[in-house]
Amino acid sequence: MAKVTLEVNGKQVSKEVPDHTLLSVFLRDNLNLTGTHVGCDSSQCGACVVHVDGKSIKSCSTLAVDIEGSKVTTIEGLAKDGKLHPMQEAFKKTHGLQCGYCTPGMVMSAVDLLQNKKNPSDQEIREWLEGNICRCTGYQNIVAAVKEAAGKM
Amino acid sequence: MKTFSYHSPKDVKEASKLASSSSMFLAGGMTSIPSMKLGMATYKDVIDLKKIKKLSGIKVSSKTVTIGATTKHAEVAASKDVQKAIPALAKLAGNIGDAQVRNRGTIGGSISNNDPSACYPSACMALNAVIHTNERKIEANKFFKGMFETALKKGEIVEAVEFQIPEKADYQKHPNPASRYAIVGVFVAKHKDEVNVAVTGAKSCVYIDKDLSKKLSSDFSSSAIEGIELDDSEMNSDMHASAEYRANLVSLYAKKAVEAC
Repeated sequence: MAKVTLEVNGKQVSKEVPDHTLLSVFLRDNLNLTGTHVGCDSSQCGACVVHVDGKSIKSCSTLAVDIEGSKVTTIEGLAKDGKLHPMQEAFKKTHGLQCGYCTPGMVMSAVDLLQNKKNPSDQEIREWLEGNICRCTGYQNIVAAVKEAAGKM
Repeated sequence: MKTFSYHSPKDVKEASKLASSSSMFLAGGMTSIPSMKLGMATYKDVIDLKKIKKLSGIKVSSKTVTIGATTKHAEVAASKDVQKAIPALAKLAGNIGDAQVRNRGTIGGSISNNDPSACYPSACMALNAVIHTNERKIEANKFFKGMFETALKKGEIVEAVEFQIPEKADYQKHPNPASRYAIVGVFVAKHKDEVNVAVTGAKSCVYIDKDLSKKLSSDFSSSAIEGIELDDSEMNSDMHASAEYRANLVSLYAKKAVEAC
């Protein structure tokens, strides 16, 4: 067992968990933050993407104990004071989702892209989202959403 | 995933001491954690190397670029020093897997795993890299032994990889469309006295293509290797690409790399 202390969405949390606990499991089962989805569970689909110390990573392939002391942001941490984050707003506006399963990972990944590059081209957006798979084939509108958000972040 | 004990040693000596026949060194975990989850590998102890500060970082001298074992792909790709000294190496790192894999995956992890379709081993071979471990220095051509096999012994830890700065170099890869690993990847490096063409993805282990290297050493132009037919008898054949197709990709991407130099 390991004591894992993290700052999750601005709040300090501390839990005793088995050493092999994945970050995705820690967030969903221990903190009840079920916005982070587990899709393929083999680090291919990107539904589980969260930010650790500001960078997007796949939480299904990261041990919770490995990131001890880090700051984690999940999809639940994006909206501020009941107001959607510009990326969430853009996904809503451009219909960048259908079933919504991949959406939390898409949004977290896209936010990281815009942190690195303010005005990415369509090609850069598509390349960045290579690690996020949407099986409703909604990529056109997802790319449109990221472009829409780019002007507002 | 089966249970294990997690260790996070502060120095290499302590990490090496913890190693046993049922332990694994953990760096980015981008291969090892999915392997453990799938039940393909189980360990009693997982020894995380990321808290060992001296294993991370990039140093550039007039002749070499040295990258610490736990330096992440995204850091190598974004490094102005690497972009200036060996742009092909920064480009290679920036095209490994996807953005999230590049934010976690490390050079030491990649070469210690020696996946036959990993990108970094080709750079090590073409750039005459020297692998620094806690025990010795190993030349790249003696480090990569076979499929998922290296010269590393139990408890031996890769500390850094030292690449020779070439006159020119380029890396071209034919990525798997879903996972971005190299179905074939070709790293061409022109040094003062020789040209090395290293190939990954085509066979069970990274290798130097002697025919292509020889031809390009005497005439560094894409026309020198135009129409060359490579022996495909040891090449991989799977649902993604037949051996014959891979052989064609190797010469095609070698040409592309020379043209991009």
